[in-house]
Amino acid sequence: MILPWLVLIPFIGGLLCWQAERFSSALPRWLALLTMGLVLGLSLWLWVSADYSLAGVTDGVPVWTLEFKHVWIERFGINLHLALDGLSLLMLILTGILGVLSVLCSWNEIQHRIGFFHLNLMWILGGVAGVFLAMDLFLFFFFWEMMLVPMYFLIALWGHSGEGKKTRINAATKFFIFTQASGLIMLVAILGLVLVNFNQTGVLTFAYDQLLGLEMPPGVEYILMLGFFIAFAVKFPIVPLHSWLPDAHAQAPTAGSVDLAGILLKTAAYGMLRFALPLFPNASVEFAPIAMTLGLIGIFYGAILSFAQTDIKRLVAYSSISHMGFVLIGIYASTHLALQGAVVQMVAHGLSAAALFILCGQLYERIHTRDMREMGGLWARLPYLPALSMFFAIASLGMPGTGNFVGEFLILFGSFANNPWVVVIATFGLVLASAYSLIMIHRAYFGAERSGEALRGLDRRELLMVLSLVVLLVGLGLYPQPVLDTSAASMSGVQHWLSDALSNLVPAR
Amino acid sequence: MQYTLSHFVALLPLLIVGVTAIVVTLAISWRRKHDLTFVLTALGLNLALLSLIPALQVAPLQVTALMQVDRFALLYMGIILVATLACATLVHAYLGKTNTGEGFPGNREEMYLLMLLSAAGGLVMVSASHLATLFIGLELLSVPIYGMVAYAFFNKRSLEAGIKYMVLSAAGSAFLLFGMALAYAESGSLEFAALGAIAVTPILQIGFGMMLIGLAFKLSLVPFHLWTPDVYEGAPAPVSAFLATAAKVAVFAVLLRLYQVSPATSGGWLNELLTVIAIASILFGNLLALMQSNLKRLLGYSSIAHFGYLVIALIASGGLATEAIGVYLATYVLTTLGAFGVVTLMSTPFKGRDADALYEYRGLFWRRPYLTAVLAVMMLSLAGIPLTAGFIGKFYIIAAGVESQLWWLLGALVLGSAIGLYYYLRVMVTMFLVEPGIRRRDAPLNWGQHAGGIMLLLMALLVFVLGVYPQPLLELVQNATLATL
Repeated sequence: MILPWLVLIPFIGGLLCWQAERFSSALPRWLALLTMGLVLGLSLWLWVSADYSLAGVTDGVPVWTLEFKHVWIERFGINLHLALDGLSLLMLILTGILGVLSVLCSWNEIQHRIGFFHLNLMWILGGVAGVFLAMDLFLFFFFWEMMLVPMYFLIALWGHSGEGKKTRINAATKFFIFTQASGLIMLVAILGLVLVNFNQTGVLTFAYDQLLGLEMPPGVEYILMLGFFIAFAVKFPIVPLHSWLPDAHAQAPTAGSVDLAGILLKTAAYGMLRFALPLFPNASVEFAPIAMTLGLIGIFYGAILSFAQTDIKRLVAYSSISHMGFVLIGIYASTHLALQGAVVQMVAHGLSAAALFILCGQLYERIHTRDMREMGGLWARLPYLPALSMFFAIASLGMPGTGNFVGEFLILFGSFANNPWVVVIATFGLVLASAYSLIMIHRAYFGAERSGEALRGLDRRELLMVLSLVVLLVGLGLYPQPVLDTSAASMSGVQHWLSDALSNLVPAR
Repeated sequence: MQYTLSHFVALLPLLIVGVTAIVVTLAISWRRKHDLTFVLTALGLNLALLSLIPALQVAPLQVTALMQVDRFALLYMGIILVATLACATLVHAYLGKTNTGEGFPGNREEMYLLMLLSAAGGLVMVSASHLATLFIGLELLSVPIYGMVAYAFFNKRSLEAGIKYMVLSAAGSAFLLFGMALAYAESGSLEFAALGAIAVTPILQIGFGMMLIGLAFKLSLVPFHLWTPDVYEGAPAPVSAFLATAAKVAVFAVLLRLYQVSPATSGGWLNELLTVIAIASILFGNLLALMQSNLKRLLGYSSIAHFGYLVIALIASGGLATEAIGVYLATYVLTTLGAFGVVTLMSTPFKGRDADALYEYRGLFWRRPYLTAVLAVMMLSLAGIPLTAGFIGKFYIIAAGVESQLWWLLGALVLGSAIGLYYYLRVMVTMFLVEPGIRRRDAPLNWGQHAGGIMLLLMALLVFVLGVYPQPLLELVQNATLATL
């Protein structure tokens, strides 16, 4: 019963926050903090109390650590099927952490309609929790689409507008239309898969474990895989479907950016690991070279454009594209080590990108601009914030000792065996990562200063947020073994489904 | 033919609506009182809805050669009666006079009479098994609507809309009659069963094509849609609601029945024609709505697109298709009534012009939060976002399309939905934007305590609940099977 509660708690909490505003303007914030703390606490408790080395695949049937199933729409064989394994749990813990942080970082920033803001924030996180736990394709799609509406409201109502056409409403609409249209393509692919299954077995079902291992003609499998891939490609984001991301990040409030970069992008990678690869193994292996090329393009494109930005949040947004390119390479390299690396990179990028956006938000609260041409010499004017920014910029470029290094290293190491040239080219991308990370620090914090007045330092709440992220990131960088242990069985499961396809491919080399 | 009690029971909904019309006429001529007329109308419509239950016991039943009362017909009768009841409630709010005497000038009670007659026409149409019944039902549905659309005749737009609708409707009926004549020439009989039994010849196909064109006028499918935005804008808001829901549901139901019955429609160039019409409706409907700043015109264009989606299911005509159409029409009716209902309540009491400009809704959330919630849910449902009933309908259409492998149509649906998102979201977000200080019209503060307001709130709740737990609706539609003729 705990799984439905993990999904329901944010929804109920959100509704309570909305109504709590009529009592006091601080009550919604505390309720939201309590709600996300509860989710984080529950997922941490699940981590220590349950055993994740068993969750994987046994005899061709996926094994879950925890499961919940209830009939929903009998007409189509749709059930409320939630299940937990190592990968889902790691993503849930990340959701909990970033949920708490997003509530904390909007403590001073959001001043009007606080209750409604926290309703939307909680509902995004509830939708994300549903995405990570859903094991029924219809339910997965349901939550996938449901994450969008509160995020749309978050960006459209509490975001910042740029000049000219770059309004927050345009950014929110662009985000919504991109994601919704690709989601509809995924719905067509889901229905195609279900109907192929129906034609073969006579059973109409949307259940994940019953659709695994379905034999399909290669052309059909490829098209269906592409349907799923397009939806995940928009969310990842993979170049050329990425253009919604910089606008959405630049115009979103800080909490929105934290959730967007930290968790929403990870839902796409999760979807690929959970659905696109296991359901369509042959097509995925066939598609892998194209996917890895797109990953490489993403790494370089993201890095080069990041370097060229003047808006600090757009710089971090493009750097997200670059980092997720590594994740894409790791996922499609499909060796156990690379998959593990992808998971670590997902967690590490979630933490580091969230931290960078939180710091950008705090900077914005003090100097009221995101334009780096207006910044300069801030090191002397602000205590702590520039140093912490430098730490996260260094993490972003993959310095050993941080989680990002572990992720990138494992991905490159794991992919080298089968795809050496991809690894060689991707490594050059690491050089570009250094370029944009350091240029961000240089432009914002070093150089000539605009004015001499000192700015307000970080208060306890802000310092607590960022320092906890520092501790987590360094912890992940120095001791990633717990994370690797938790996801090991799930990645073996993914590999199991790919094994036949991979072994068919090897003799062809 | 021998008429037994069961024939009478099968006809009960239609008979009750007819009797209600007569009673309302007599009541108006005896004592002209707005509230009394509304109560009589609502009572009659509720009785007709209740009479569906005994009618279900005797269905399917062929009543004379003209009408086939089967479960399919009874489902759509139910939808039409619910839509009429909702529109009558909205009319009551719209035409009501305030305590100070301001409101609709002119006679108000005749609107209910016209609506009842139109509903009777709809009921006849959905149970048609004979081309004559189709035509009689169509005319009985349409002619009162001419009067309803032009009801605020002192308003230039309303009168223009009424005349436009009448002329174009007559043109559509002319096509329909010509097609019927060609079909009769081939088959020698006007019954649907006979049309289904004969061999398919080019003349028969052309006849069906022309009948399709005639019905497409009513459904406002491209390229027969040019009247839609003007008529929707000019008509009073509750009449637009009726036009968008009951009128279209009746025509689509009879089109579906005709389509399933005759093999002239399966395969051949008729299917390609319908495909082109569907793709054009979806794309044009959505594209033309993009630049609209008038909410009623926007909803008119969006209804063109929605019927384009429905034609996909019509073409699919597989096992899932009939169910898909039933579910989609049910959710579409609910959503459209909600959207037009909000426009109606914003326009009460009558002040000469409806509150249909989009800027009048700017910042509505800060003034009327629950009314905003209703319109927001309806917009999301029209866009097909999960958690709303509209998503269930769209899911069904996609399922029917994938089952029949209509890839081009599905591509058009995805593209159309993406385009549609833009204007639905624009309407929704406009309501939340901070308002500038311009004085604007608003729904009365106590809108939620009157029948219309309560109905809207219930509808929004139902859209939400059906989005999360659609199983009851799905079971209802699954049981509404077409009887073989």
